[in-house]
Amino acid sequence: MLYRESGQFKTSYAADQQLFPILQDRAAVLALLAFALVGVPLVATDYWFTAILMPFLVFSLATLGLNILTGYAGQLSLGTAAFMAVGAVAAYNFQLRVPGIPILVSFMLGGLSAAAVGVLFGLPSLRIKGFYLAVATLAAQFFIPWLLVKVSWFSNHSASGVITAQPVVIAGFAFDTPVRKYLLVLVIVAVMALAAKNMVRSRVGRAWMAVRDMDVAASVIGIRIMQTKLIAFAVSSFYCGVAGALYAFAYLGSVEPDGFNLDLSFRILFMVIIGGVGSILGSFLGAAFITLLPILLEVILTDVTAMTGIALPPGFISMAQLVVFGALIIFFLIVEPHGLARLWQIGKEKLRLWPFPH
Amino acid sequence: MQTWKRTLIGLVAGLAAAASTLPASAQQAGTQFIGITGYRVGPYGANGAAFFGGFTDYLAMINERDGGVNGVKLSWEECETEYNNAKGVECYERLKTKSATGPTAIHPMSTGITYAILDKAVTDKIPLITLGYGRTDATDGRVFPWVFPILSNYWDAATGIVKFIGEKEGGAANLKGKKIVLLYHDSAYGKEPHPVLEAEAKKLGFELKMIPVPHPGNEQQSQWLQIRQYQPNWVILWGWGVMSATALQTAQKVGFPREKMVGNWWAGSEIDTVAAGPAATGYYAASLNLAGKGFPVVKDIEDKVYAKGKGGDAKLVGTVLWNRGMAAAMITVEAVRKAQEKYGKKPVSGEQVRWGIENLKLDAGRMKALGFNTMLPPLEVSCQDHGGSGQVRFQQWTGTEWKSASDWMRGDSVLVRKMIEESAAKYAAEKGIKPGCAS
Repeated sequence: MLYRESGQFKTSYAADQQLFPILQDRAAVLALLAFALVGVPLVATDYWFTAILMPFLVFSLATLGLNILTGYAGQLSLGTAAFMAVGAVAAYNFQLRVPGIPILVSFMLGGLSAAAVGVLFGLPSLRIKGFYLAVATLAAQFFIPWLLVKVSWFSNHSASGVITAQPVVIAGFAFDTPVRKYLLVLVIVAVMALAAKNMVRSRVGRAWMAVRDMDVAASVIGIRIMQTKLIAFAVSSFYCGVAGALYAFAYLGSVEPDGFNLDLSFRILFMVIIGGVGSILGSFLGAAFITLLPILLEVILTDVTAMTGIALPPGFISMAQLVVFGALIIFFLIVEPHGLARLWQIGKEKLRLWPFPH
Repeated sequence: MQTWKRTLIGLVAGLAAAASTLPASAQQAGTQFIGITGYRVGPYGANGAAFFGGFTDYLAMINERDGGVNGVKLSWEECETEYNNAKGVECYERLKTKSATGPTAIHPMSTGITYAILDKAVTDKIPLITLGYGRTDATDGRVFPWVFPILSNYWDAATGIVKFIGEKEGGAANLKGKKIVLLYHDSAYGKEPHPVLEAEAKKLGFELKMIPVPHPGNEQQSQWLQIRQYQPNWVILWGWGVMSATALQTAQKVGFPREKMVGNWWAGSEIDTVAAGPAATGYYAASLNLAGKGFPVVKDIEDKVYAKGKGGDAKLVGTVLWNRGMAAAMITVEAVRKAQEKYGKKPVSGEQVRWGIENLKLDAGRMKALGFNTMLPPLEVSCQDHGGSGQVRFQQWTGTEWKSASDWMRGDSVLVRKMIEESAAKYAAEKGIKPGCAS
């Protein structure tokens, strides 16, 4: 009943084509955005901003990037962290070497640099598919961090290859406190997520899905495979690049190439799989699951042991946390192999009929 | 399927409820709270378990033996970082609000986490203590007031190793024309000693060849083939994790004498040598601290903590990393004690602890009084020099334990200082910091 769209008549093409055709969706998204923009800064503490919300948003954006490539265009990639590294280092270098460049332009250029590198490493996708492509993109994952350490120019000749992000100032306004950084990241992520939502239902997005579902059929109906795949790589890497720049500038402040390792790529891939392959919402859910659940589990376990006064050997909680987390991943994948986004979809169907399911 | 779904919903709801009713874990009021960003699981869990075991054992011993620092009891909480930068930041943020006086001082025990919280620590006024890792140029306290690379940094180690090799060759003059190979972990960490070693090679006239080993380094045939062809007099091993043990084993295979190999301190713990088995016998490593149980402080910990069943893993007691963790805890505790001298005998804040570290002076007599004897070099921190010692000591693996092979010695401190100041000045210019000492 809550979710029934009966009575919502579309009388124009514009109304029919809008991003969220159902009134309830629109209201929910707007309310969520308003809450994130106004409500959260009123109640959250610095801990929430720097340790919970910021990584969640940054990883959501990176997951979104990979989801475009893997979920929508069907190209498996293990180079996500490397593309993030390119974005971070490029934004740093633009900021360092071009005097007076606005920071948002640096982020943009960082994303574009990542897109260029993404296209380069996407070239093998024209010949190879599936797991073999994943192995080919693995090359990016090993090559790029190595290059960033090897050529010290990228880190302005820092002895250890570490870059320290410049302060974020937009039009004279310094984004220096956690809440300001959070708002900046939130706005960028929200804009890019809406853009992605729009893109995947455009001609390009439909071409991606056609290629994903069956590339031969797609080429028969006139979709240019090469162009489509490379656009997917470019757009995906752009998102990852911007996520990398935000990771460096807004979240951590200083990053080292070794931080963008294969482990991070895998984590982002797991976010896609758990959140839901081929879903914008799923990217956010997956990022939340992988980034936040371990923290939640650890906090709960620590407090439970503190309250009950059981003396545990040191390290026990960390191990227990890993075990529980692993079990939860398996549990969710068994219950819902299509990811958390699918659970939400089922929930929506239920809400549509509620409270009279037949 | 229906029950599955219901369980799932119940689970999610349960978790959410648990999260919303989280009790704020209150630290006992009136104690000096120490936040620990540690790791006991993950790829380097074995290293972390030893280091943080020693750390918490020492804190427990101070509470048991002395009833705290001047009557102020210590309390602490450990947060698991898994050696992961993002989790490290989360732990740091979590620990910093746990107590009114902050987390005292943070030992990140990871270069990546150090970098990730470097700027935050300045704003939050929380000192960072990095024992033998992290930013080398932070030794210049005029640019990095909140970071303390106490004891020695990588450049001290590199020049110290060169000096040690020089002594083994019968004087630095004999290094002329000798061939030295640097076998390093191909990462930011492994590249750290390059500039000083190049400068040393030029100065002392030895030939330097640098050979990278890609991470993780469990396959080194080609590198050691290169070494055999080059026939160096010495090999400096700048290893990490499995790479160090593999290097020792491969050296044995190609017949390179282990007595001509010198590692740095991350390639010089029992974890490395025991894994290499008999191949490690004779191998030298630079160390920040001596290993072994033959120090009064270790005995105190065994009597007051382990005897009461309050300690961690007894097998780790006396290992290189356990002793280092204990030393790290001692430096924190002594900084608190120093800060109390100025600010009164109550829990002290991060800002006050920073003053305490910067004015810390532990001479040989004080080290003896603390029960550390010669485990650590004398330490004197100042605003100019946040390292406080710059000395290293060499140990040799006998096949069963580390044995001291030299006295505390200093490398080319003039060269190191010059390079640190250059690097720090560059950082200051990049970040718009005005270097200076706080009064």
